[in-house]
Amino acid sequence: MSAPAVAAAGVWKYFGDYPALRDVRFELQPGECLALLGRNGAGKTTLLRILGGLSGASKGAVEINGGDVRASETRARIGWLGHSIGLYDELSARENLRTFGSLYGVTRATISEWLEKVNLTHVADAPVREYSRGMRQRLAVARAFQHGPRLLLLDEPFTSLDDKAIALLQGLLAEARGSGATIILSTHQIREAMELASKVALLDRGKLVHFGERTEAMLQDAGYLYRTYGSAA
Amino acid sequence: MTMLRHAAAIASKDLRSEFRTKESINSTLSFSVVILLLFAFAFDPSPDMIVEFGGGLLWIVFVFAGALIVNRAFARELPNDCIDVLVSSPASGASLFLGKATAAFVLLFGIECICLPVFGILYNVTWWRNLSGLLGILALGTWAMACVGVFISALTVNLRLREVMLPMLVYPVLIPAILPAMMLTNTLLTGQPIPSDFMVWLRLLIGFNVMFTTLSVYLAETVLVR
Repeated sequence: MSAPAVAAAGVWKYFGDYPALRDVRFELQPGECLALLGRNGAGKTTLLRILGGLSGASKGAVEINGGDVRASETRARIGWLGHSIGLYDELSARENLRTFGSLYGVTRATISEWLEKVNLTHVADAPVREYSRGMRQRLAVARAFQHGPRLLLLDEPFTSLDDKAIALLQGLLAEARGSGATIILSTHQIREAMELASKVALLDRGKLVHFGERTEAMLQDAGYLYRTYGSAA
Repeated sequence: MTMLRHAAAIASKDLRSEFRTKESINSTLSFSVVILLLFAFAFDPSPDMIVEFGGGLLWIVFVFAGALIVNRAFARELPNDCIDVLVSSPASGASLFLGKATAAFVLLFGIECICLPVFGILYNVTWWRNLSGLLGILALGTWAMACVGVFISALTVNLRLREVMLPMLVYPVLIPAILPAMMLTNTLLTGQPIPSDFMVWLRLLIGFNVMFTTLSVYLAETVLVR
């Protein structure tokens, strides 16, 4: 049997004496989509940062496709979309995609395709600081997807997106999943997340209090998960 | 090869960003010229005095102005959290460091090359008599500044008082590189080749660069992933 796409084994993360993550364990198979839920400060971003190799675990281990997350080959297969857009305001859309694309070996033709996909071709050579918030978000999506990642780590990807951009992102995520990519997205927008997710995890003060299949009840009732498994339950 | 390709991509991005905004270039260049001008009017030095302290004066200007450039090395990645995207990319910490150090070196060296003629005019010094030697020493001292500065910039990037902390940490570490650079520059400004008893300063400067570059490349990953 092949190695899981993502494996977290007893992950702890301390900030000083405070445990931001407490013994987090789960596995995801290739092609699965995990909705990572939890209230503010539950540890969602911390967990995503550890899975993306941006931060080290204090205890425990994380493996991506059975390999070390900081290995260059592993990171070449990860797409990261954090809270912020991760773009340079003084550079144009094309220059931003080229800069990041050059680290992954993305061709110029692929960059042009992505500019078209996110509907930014007409402003591709204007500096990003002149873009609207929605345009910046769409460019950030192109930046995270352009190298065809096999694992997508998305932190609040739907925040500040308008309806059209949410539909675009959902379409791209569905397409990525269809091609076998694994997706982990942390969000407060439960409805959008549930539509995509095959698995659901709930973090509560750093502890994984629920990890399992997404059920029909979760899809129908946004508050079901928190009422059933949250600390107030 | 991949590491060098990634480093080149980072360096070219940093230089393009800097030439577009001119944030560091403008402040560093004006600071350097103003200091040279003030010293010229304050001391009105004779040619003998210039031989004594010309190298020291130049390196004081370069080191203080250099802090403005190296401070931006990682600070420029903070808006929009670009540093996260770089660290999550296949580029290693070493290639990020090398790319940023190269960009800082190019900017610093360019500013030094502009300052030299200004120094020559204000202090009436024929500084080009041993041009290759002088540029070589400038390059070695500048790489030391870029290397130490960028490494410490990575360490202090998340501090609120990084503009204050960076010079406080960089200057003491740089002393073993700046001291030989000053001594050698003094000699080269006279147009003479480096005398044999000064070779120890040259070896110290080269040794510092080799040691600090190796150490920074080795530790960059640890510094960037916390």
